Amino acid sequence: MKKLLKTTLSVLAGLTLSLNTLAAGGVALDSANTDINDQKSLQNGAKLFMNYCSGCHSIEFMRYNRIGKDLNISDADVEKNLMFNSEKIGEKIISSMSKTGAVQWFGTTPPDLSLVARSKGPDWIYTYLRSFYKDEARPFGVNNKILVNASMPDVLWELKKNKSAQDFDQDVRDITNFLDYVGEPAKLVRVDLGYKVLSFLFVLFILSYLLKKEYWKDVKYGKWRAKD
Amino acid sequence: MDNNKSWIDQRFPLTKVWNEHLAEYYTPRNFNFWYFFGSLAMLVLVMQIMTGIFLTMHFKPDEANAFASVEYIMRDVNWGWLIRYLHSTGASAFFIVIYLHMFRALLYGSYKAPRELIWILGMVLYIALMAEAFMGYVLPWGQMSYWGAQVIISLFGSVPFIGPDLLVWILGDYAVGDPALNRFFALHVIALPLILVVLVFLHIVALHTVGSNNPDGIEIKENKDKDGIPKDGIPFHPYYSVKDIVGVVVFLMIFSSIVFFAPALNGYFLEHANFIEANPLKTPDHIAPLWYLTPFYSVLRAIPPMFGSQFPGVVGMFAALLILLALPWLDRSKVKSIRYRSWPYKVALGIFVISFIVLGWLGMEPVTPINSLLAKIFTVTYFGFFVLMPWFTSIGKTKEVPARVTE
Repeated sequence: MKKLLKTTLSVLAGLTLSLNTLAAGGVALDSANTDINDQKSLQNGAKLFMNYCSGCHSIEFMRYNRIGKDLNISDADVEKNLMFNSEKIGEKIISSMSKTGAVQWFGTTPPDLSLVARSKGPDWIYTYLRSFYKDEARPFGVNNKILVNASMPDVLWELKKNKSAQDFDQDVRDITNFLDYVGEPAKLVRVDLGYKVLSFLFVLFILSYLLKKEYWKDVKYGKWRAKD
Repeated sequence: MDNNKSWIDQRFPLTKVWNEHLAEYYTPRNFNFWYFFGSLAMLVLVMQIMTGIFLTMHFKPDEANAFASVEYIMRDVNWGWLIRYLHSTGASAFFIVIYLHMFRALLYGSYKAPRELIWILGMVLYIALMAEAFMGYVLPWGQMSYWGAQVIISLFGSVPFIGPDLLVWILGDYAVGDPALNRFFALHVIALPLILVVLVFLHIVALHTVGSNNPDGIEIKENKDKDGIPKDGIPFHPYYSVKDIVGVVVFLMIFSSIVFFAPALNGYFLEHANFIEANPLKTPDHIAPLWYLTPFYSVLRAIPPMFGSQFPGVVGMFAALLILLALPWLDRSKVKSIRYRSWPYKVALGIFVISFIVLGWLGMEPVTPINSLLAKIFTVTYFGFFVLMPWFTSIGKTKEVPARVTE
């Protein structure tokens, strides 16, 4: 049984690996290594996203005040530091770029990023943002190793230039972490609740097992009926 | 209390039903692990209906709003994320439970006389469940919902002569779109659940008429004491009701682990591409149905088009499903349980299980020459299990079946 479990697990692990590699079209992805419980990282990610990404990309399923509530930022601070495109704190986060303008400037509309962490995965985002390289043949002078001929310019180039490689990676990790949170806000509470539910079920398991054992004594000793 | 009971009993057979189906329903005493999955299937069915009711309150079956309404449930509805994960994980759990339940029948010959009708009702249930799951998967209107539906529904277009008209009739349009989404919603929340509930009722009525099989494949009713109670039987309630509670709790522990720690199960329970809204103009590189449908999808892909038509593949796919209905009559063995069967059956069952799992895995993978060859080989062994069954169940030496159940 143990051996079977081990083989199953290793097969599953193998499958996971091959899937991750396939996702990038053969290029291996770097591990984003994000921690959704790291509130500082999420706050920094939110700040960077609003400053560098939200001009073009919407996260249309997310509301400003939800971010404030979840990341422990007051409404006033959200309005002052994160809200550039909207009037009301309860609004969804929609970029102010017009569709026609986007097509004119980039040849395509920048995709909504609400669920990018769920469709592509955090590792993809983390690797993608760090994989721009100089390519004069492209309109913005840069190309990307992961998404070849990406229409997006290297918006983080300034950060990359002014920071140590380590700090830059941390910034990208924070953006990735933020997008992972945006993909599934429930993730903040889901795992904690899971431990509580499992603990409850564990107690219930012991009780129900003892109950079963008690009843089945009758069956074991043929006592459920006097006869037989 | 007794007064109330007799008041009701004069007007409704409450005590009678309670006794016939629980307190005096005699069940073999030797049920093992494999006998948990019937009651678990009921549990999952109830859970799917309960969570489904709450999802229906917030979901919008509309091409323009469906995808966003699911995200609205995931974010803005109180506990919506939990209800949705219970429902999506429940769909996969339903099939895991049902596949183990069916495998139990293969192990212990539970489909054999006198339980042919139980098997047939169960198979119809299984097919209805596949339709239910398929239509439910279309509703969130992600890329895989849309393109999976497009691929599966277009199969009906390959039916000779009436195909194209049939396709338009099913979709209410020339492609999967708003009318299809709306009717799939209607079928998913009303028609198919009603059919499922009625079939479950009939499945259980048939079971309680004949009585349960058991791991020894012995008819306990053939060995009764002077009160007419099977010597190897015990009342379902309380003995199996308390035992099933343990099974339910263990099941819920595994189930909750997925719901709370890995609800998408790395793309197996919720596909990555389904987090992108349906886009009729952008075909994904790789379209695969969810895992529980893939064995049959593999059979479909394994059979090459003939005379420029996909129809043979479609026939093969449905044949792979419908041939299961013939099982009670293909099996010629005198004994029911694998414990006393001859070795050819054990080998054949092993090959069948491997074929089913490999076909399921191949159905999720992109088509490559080697995958295609494997799919062909295992499609042949899949059908071989049924076609050769009359032969391999009648050869080899079976062991002697004991008169009473073993511990």
